[in-house]
Amino acid sequence: MSITADDHALLAHGHHKKSFVARWLMSTNHKDIGTLYITMAFIGACFGGTLSMIMRQQLMYPHNDIITNGNTWNAIVTAHGLIMIFWFVMPALIGGMGNWFVPMMIGAPDMAFPRLNNMSFWFLACGFIFVLLGLFLDSGTGAGWTLYPPLDNAQYSPGVATDFSLFSLHLAGISSLLGAINFIATILNMRAPGMTMHKMPLFCWAILVTAFLLLLAIPVLAGAVTMLIMDRNFGTSFFEPSGGGDPVLFQHLFWFFGHPEVYIMILPAFGIISHVVSTFSKKPIFGYLGMAYAMVIIGFVGFVVWAHHMFVSAISTDSKIYFEVATLVIAVPTGIKVFSWIATMWGGSIEFKTPMLWAIGFIFLFVIGGATGVVLANAGLDQELHNDYFLIAHFHYVLSMGAAFAIFAGFYFWIGKMSGHQYPEFWGKVHFWTFFIGVNLTFFPQHFLGLAGMPRRYPDYADAFAGWNFVSSVGSVVSGLSTLVFFYVLYAVFTSKEKLADNYWGEGATTLEWAVPSPAPHHTFEDVPIIR
Amino acid sequence: MSGTVHTATDQVKGTVPHPYHLVDPSIWPLCGAAAAMVTFTGIILAAHFRSFIVLGIGLLADFSVMYLWWRDVVKEARTPGLHKIVTQVGLRYGMALFISSEVMFFVSFFWNYFNYFFYPDKMGTAFAPVWPPQGITTIDPFAIPLFNTMVLLLSGTTITWAHHALLEDDQKNLVRGLGVTIVLGLMFLCGQAWEYTHSPFPFYHGGIFASSFFIATGFHGLHVIIGTLFLIVCFFRARAGQFTKERHFGFEAAAWYWHFVDVVWLFLFVCIYYLGRSAITAG
Repeated sequence: MSITADDHALLAHGHHKKSFVARWLMSTNHKDIGTLYITMAFIGACFGGTLSMIMRQQLMYPHNDIITNGNTWNAIVTAHGLIMIFWFVMPALIGGMGNWFVPMMIGAPDMAFPRLNNMSFWFLACGFIFVLLGLFLDSGTGAGWTLYPPLDNAQYSPGVATDFSLFSLHLAGISSLLGAINFIATILNMRAPGMTMHKMPLFCWAILVTAFLLLLAIPVLAGAVTMLIMDRNFGTSFFEPSGGGDPVLFQHLFWFFGHPEVYIMILPAFGIISHVVSTFSKKPIFGYLGMAYAMVIIGFVGFVVWAHHMFVSAISTDSKIYFEVATLVIAVPTGIKVFSWIATMWGGSIEFKTPMLWAIGFIFLFVIGGATGVVLANAGLDQELHNDYFLIAHFHYVLSMGAAFAIFAGFYFWIGKMSGHQYPEFWGKVHFWTFFIGVNLTFFPQHFLGLAGMPRRYPDYADAFAGWNFVSSVGSVVSGLSTLVFFYVLYAVFTSKEKLADNYWGEGATTLEWAVPSPAPHHTFEDVPIIR
Repeated sequence: MSGTVHTATDQVKGTVPHPYHLVDPSIWPLCGAAAAMVTFTGIILAAHFRSFIVLGIGLLADFSVMYLWWRDVVKEARTPGLHKIVTQVGLRYGMALFISSEVMFFVSFFWNYFNYFFYPDKMGTAFAPVWPPQGITTIDPFAIPLFNTMVLLLSGTTITWAHHALLEDDQKNLVRGLGVTIVLGLMFLCGQAWEYTHSPFPFYHGGIFASSFFIATGFHGLHVIIGTLFLIVCFFRARAGQFTKERHFGFEAAAWYWHFVDVVWLFLFVCIYYLGRSAITAG
């Protein structure tokens, strides 16, 4: 494997220890690239999280004066949304844990296209620079993460900042697209002998379905963003009513991407939760095939429900009826997932290690977010609740608690396999409980604020909303302090001298990554395992 | 995961040497992403400040990275033992998936077009609800567009000629077929260029019809340029005798891409040029 280009100066390296530059800037190794992604996600989470803390500080009291400029507020809202989605959740779940564990779980030595894998990461890193330029140049990008025209057209957002934000989506999109191609080719083509699709671990199924969603949804976003950029800069009128354009069309195109995008963020989480629940219940996952195909169905149906994000836009009543019903259908496969996790735990020998706490926390909170999702799926109710804090509470329950809890579950589950050192159990649990209290304190009161009619995306509110807003802001401080505990956990992991067994979770952990040493060797399977 | 399995090692009953191609560290991915970032910055600077230097540097960097990276790929492919069967299959997956994503890219532009084609009232109350919009004279579908359709369909047959020649190990006709396909691709591009420069409606501030027309046909044209470049690379590789009867995925990928571009054109021709024509056409 090291006789490629004769004139390649780096030939000599092969298996030997690589220089820092060769290892981290020129990587063709799925584990190193996964580590880069996780580092990106860590930076993104710190940055996006800080933005949310700033917002909650402003909203702690009515008529607060931390951010008095509405445009600055809008820019922070926009950057928080974009960064948390594209530079935290996606790189952590797909690029990070997907890269680390999909090849290992299917018994492959690496991804199908290692250089492409690396380019996916660098596209994302370049995109992060762009999204920061979009925040800090001019007066920032204030259109919201959904970038609806006319908010971001040349008239209302004339500066270069909006263009940088739009191009940051192109960069992140190319990154995701190339990553998706890589994952599909890897999973379909590089499974070890005997590893049939129906024996493949659920995390790999989750990443496979996610990759197909990315493959088919991202290019539509790319088209829509391209049209926006052209409207802004090159005199077209796709979304400009003065030239006959239709701004609602952008919403259709955006949400045709945007709805699969929410499954892109939550399906890998489903995969991680399945592994953790099964491992710490010491039982195989209940209804394995049902679990796999529930994700496939969620992926399919996820493509035909997009306009439920547009119930307050100009769409016809017939459309609303269809999109409402189709949306409610998704509750069925999602129910299969939730009940199968509970059935997996049922009668199991459950061990409440930190990853299991996060997983159970995930199930509990995701169900709450799912239930408010069923509420919002009703077009009539959504008309009332769409532009207020009820919707904010809903999607933070599925994302900031759903996806983020799964990321932490995966982190505590696999950090020993990735680093070779175990996390401190006590501090892991402290992190879980403080974060659990913090996020619930932050977001549960927002249901009440929304039902009482507090509109979203404003830096100020009527005095009547002061009470629950104070509680919510205190919650965000608790989550922030909890993150300091997480920093300590990281410190403890990386300064630990303790060695770990291959399978440090014992009999419950049955997938292939537990058959290799901790930390996993540079190329996992030089010899491909044959699966029984 | 079948109930009886208890430990990870239980599942493994032996090992075989892996048949995959693990590549060496490479700087091109980092360079490629950076080049794209410079290019996008260049587009923004060009649009806002009419400064084209950064865009030029970016495009130069894009093409340099493509050349250097794919040169490595070709070298590896020609090194015996690196691209085993499973790697070749992987490349097929990769190209097929890439083309699928390209299809979805064009879906967004067709979606835009059909939004007004089927629902012309979506142009707003300031416009009569008819498509094409009042006052638009469209291009005669049976002039250059039909000619271009024939050119592209013919190029689809000539690339198949080249492919079958290759399968018969007839290198001379492979090169000939590729050469004719490239000439046809360039002819198509000339036709499009003439059509654009003689268009009865302007691109800049030309309204929704012009926007929809130019973005769909424009991105198609860009893909024809990419496809033609791909074929030109294959032409020189074929002349150097790099394609064998058994192994020629580089050629096949170019052919797939070419057929994809061809199919997109047929949809453009039928939906935009023909169904979207005005009562009186120009050209």
